Amino acid sequence: MSNTNPLLDVSGLTKHFPIKGGFPIRRTVGAVQAVDGLDFQVNEGESLGLVGESGCGKSTTGRLITRLLEPTAGTVRYRGQDITHASRRELAPVRSEIQMIFQDPYASLNPRQTVGKIISGPMEINDINPAGGREKRVRELLEIVGLNPEHYNRFPHEFSGGQRQRIGVARALALEPKLIVADEPVSALDVSIQAQVVNLLQKVQQELGIAFVFIAHDLAIVRHFSQRVAVMYLGRIVEIADREDLYGNPRHPYTRALLSAVPEATVDEDAPARERIRLVGDVPSPINPPTGCRFRTRCWKATEKCATEAPPLVQAEGNKPGHLTACHYPETADPIPAPRLAKNTEAAA
Amino acid sequence: MFRFLVRRVLGALVILLIISAVTFWLFYAIPRDPAMMSCGKNCTPDMLKQVRHNLGIDHPVPVQYWYWLKGIFVGRSYGDFGNCSAPCLGYSFANREPVLGTILDRLPLTLSLAFGSAVVFLIFGVGAGMIAAVKQGKWQDKLASSGSLIASSLQIYFVGYIAMYFLVSKLGILDNPSYTPLTHNPVKWASGLLLPWLVLALIWTANYTRMTRSQMVETLSEDYVRTARAKGMSSRTVFFRFAWRGAMGPIVTIFGIDLATLIGGAIITESVFSLQGVGRLALDAVNKSDLPMVLGVTLLSAGAIVFFNIIVDAVYASIDPRIRLA
Amino acid sequence: MTSTDQQPFLSVKDLKVHFSTEDGVVKAVDGLSFDLVKGQTLGIVGESGSGKSVTNLTILGLHDPARTTIEGEILLDGKELLSASERELERLRGNKMSMIFQDALASLSPYHTVGTQIAETYRKHTGASKREARARAIEMLRRVGIPQPDVRVDDYPHQFSGGMRQRAMIAMALVCDPELLIADEPTTALDVTVQAQIMDLLKDLQQEFGTAIIFITHDLGVIADVADDVLVMYGGRCVERGTKREVLGAPQHPYTLGLLGSMPSLDGPVDVPLSPIPGAPPSLLNPPTGCRFHPRCGFAEKVAGGLCSTERPALDVVDGRGSACHLTLEQRAEFFADFAGSRHH
Repeated sequence: MSNTNPLLDVSGLTKHFPIKGGFPIRRTVGAVQAVDGLDFQVNEGESLGLVGESGCGKSTTGRLITRLLEPTAGTVRYRGQDITHASRRELAPVRSEIQMIFQDPYASLNPRQTVGKIISGPMEINDINPAGGREKRVRELLEIVGLNPEHYNRFPHEFSGGQRQRIGVARALALEPKLIVADEPVSALDVSIQAQVVNLLQKVQQELGIAFVFIAHDLAIVRHFSQRVAVMYLGRIVEIADREDLYGNPRHPYTRALLSAVPEATVDEDAPARERIRLVGDVPSPINPPTGCRFRTRCWKATEKCATEAPPLVQAEGNKPGHLTACHYPETADPIPAPRLAKNTEAAA
Repeated sequence: MFRFLVRRVLGALVILLIISAVTFWLFYAIPRDPAMMSCGKNCTPDMLKQVRHNLGIDHPVPVQYWYWLKGIFVGRSYGDFGNCSAPCLGYSFANREPVLGTILDRLPLTLSLAFGSAVVFLIFGVGAGMIAAVKQGKWQDKLASSGSLIASSLQIYFVGYIAMYFLVSKLGILDNPSYTPLTHNPVKWASGLLLPWLVLALIWTANYTRMTRSQMVETLSEDYVRTARAKGMSSRTVFFRFAWRGAMGPIVTIFGIDLATLIGGAIITESVFSLQGVGRLALDAVNKSDLPMVLGVTLLSAGAIVFFNIIVDAVYASIDPRIRLA
Repeated sequence: MTSTDQQPFLSVKDLKVHFSTEDGVVKAVDGLSFDLVKGQTLGIVGESGSGKSVTNLTILGLHDPARTTIEGEILLDGKELLSASERELERLRGNKMSMIFQDALASLSPYHTVGTQIAETYRKHTGASKREARARAIEMLRRVGIPQPDVRVDDYPHQFSGGMRQRAMIAMALVCDPELLIADEPTTALDVTVQAQIMDLLKDLQQEFGTAIIFITHDLGVIADVADDVLVMYGGRCVERGTKREVLGAPQHPYTLGLLGSMPSLDGPVDVPLSPIPGAPPSLLNPPTGCRFHPRCGFAEKVAGGLCSTERPALDVVDGRGSACHLTLEQRAEFFADFAGSRHH
């Protein structure tokens, strides 16, 4: 295996949840197309951000990569090894290298176990005995995540929300993983605590060289933490790029609308007014998604072609290498033309 | 709705079929010979053989089960003992009558007992629970809580005999428990069953008080109840239109199962008050190894539970629009 | 500040709200004062346990009277609310003052149609007929941007999307043209594009009706978008207030500064760590003495005599601008100087 190979290589990843119904015998009558044909790579030591609104499939993607869910189609390769349908036994060595951090620090820790037991759990399951013993390792981990090693024998309820998330991070680090899938790791925390945890994750990523798939809805936090970012809409990636390109030169209309909707805590009246694009309507149902481009029902530049032909995720003209956009009519830096804007969006006053 | 009913009724029939097969099979695991009991004291091997034949227990178990199933649709003949026309649930070994007829004889009493006490415990239990929920932490709440704790730790045979002694024998306030069919004399029907109703309802009332209180307390802390207050609804509206609506679902669910259990026979109550209901019938049948009767009563209980479950689901769907029947 | 030249419509004076719990007394709000004029939006910012939600439930009288002790004064259009009877409050709620909540799905009754829930509010306060109330409900749904309002009026909340539910909630709150609307984290559970729609809607409706709005949130970005004035709460107290420009552009309190430093922006530097506030929000059962923020404050040691841990800093408000901190203005000017440089490029 050479160094140019990605750590994680996902292609055509698809997850359809069947819907049961029918009469008199129940059968599969449809499917929630939660994830529909994702292609992306994560390189060693790199953080890839997955952003999108609720129902876009980002959490499902995280669960597919970690094999908490079984993909309907497509492949997931870890260091070149196909783990898409690997059995428990085949998966065991890979499982210790791919870890997960969850959103809810309250629900994801067993309240009846001490912190020491929780963090050493993964080592016990995988029968790993680090030099100096598990307890020594756990104390090291507590130190790394900024908790007092003396708290080894305490229970989760004795900690605050931010501290509990640190325990979750320590548990994920216990097996010296190469890849951590973090599913909304800070969204349940207070603002002042979010920053503490983001800093911790950033330290972990930089110092231990761990790759991240960072799933979040907060675009500013994703930009801060991830070197590359993929934007998802209704189960598909609409745009993926280095963060500078994605935030600085969004080519997909959805990315552009999403970025313009983020409220910023600035009151600088000298700065040029930010663009405001207001999408109308709601995200369509993933049970019966629009044909062609899935964003077309809310897009101000959709044409006939968008309804019939799904745009491929490609390097659009003018994109830097590695900046892929799935749009027939990629955005330019120009303002959105006024007549169409009147139909679907509102300009800032 | 139609699809729901068809699907559920079909499912119910499958369940009843499985229950009957399991009961049949279990019964033969008991080392007892019903023919011996039916044959009497001066039994000769030849007579025993004849009785076995008449009872239809001289075949292998699966064959017997098949005959039993067939009997339901086409009826069955029991040699010297007589005929049993369809739907035939079998022929009692012990009292030599068709099972179905015996159960139907006993059922009105059991139904009267079940529904009568259900009315009592629903009114008092739910009422007391609601008062306790409104007056959380006040004396009414404490009274209801401690009262229901005491009542639910009492036993029917204890309360029943004491009540009989004082209320019937000593003071003569209530009539001696007896059963008169409702259609013959409604007044006598009610007065004869009043004491069993009250005694049986006492313990259930306690359960419903506690359940209603906890459900109400829970729904009263729901966000939508707070919203109702925030838009100026009066406490009464908030309580009945919003909180009670949410508490009702779980209570209806439990009530359906409880009612079905009671229809399967309140064995202790019937025994204490010497009432000849389905519960007593089941007890006697078990004691006499009367397979067809045991089977019949078991199916009645199971059928009641399955039936009320269907009703409960339909009622729940009408209370809560989020539930879709399918 | 605009509030000086207009009579305040809502006036909260030295409000204290204490709950008794099994573990002791929770001092949820501890001496809070503010005014609000019609047509203005006051943003209240704070983290969990700051007392921001409790304050507003108290204004509507939705606290549990058995467990709560309240001191101070709440005047709505000159009427004292804390001494008002439950019946008087019922007439005001949903009519003169109303509230929308964070979780619209949980906050709307699952057992009644959206139309019924809007209509019953209208009927309660206006005595309108069923037919009039229904027409009004449809009209309100149209106003908040629900497509096909005459059809959707008969839907249940679970049949609505998240954004539509919050719109329906707003329709319900505004059905009687209230003069005060309290919005408790109304966009927190929503996606950003929907959040933007809802904030625009609230601003439009405010322009149309001149409603006074209290907008509670933990998100300073949302505050920057919707608020005129800002009140920052910490541990049950107001630590800083002023206009949006003043508070977000030139914060005077270390806590406000810390909040701003905790938030990454869409154009800030990426490879440097954020500057979070250390520690966690205080327990209101046993809050820190003196300034409640002092255990987490990086500047506490700069104040002579350990004043921060012993004495509560006064909130001196001049022209609506004030902050409760023992640091002198000169010290703040010096210590907070890098702030502008680190946030704006």
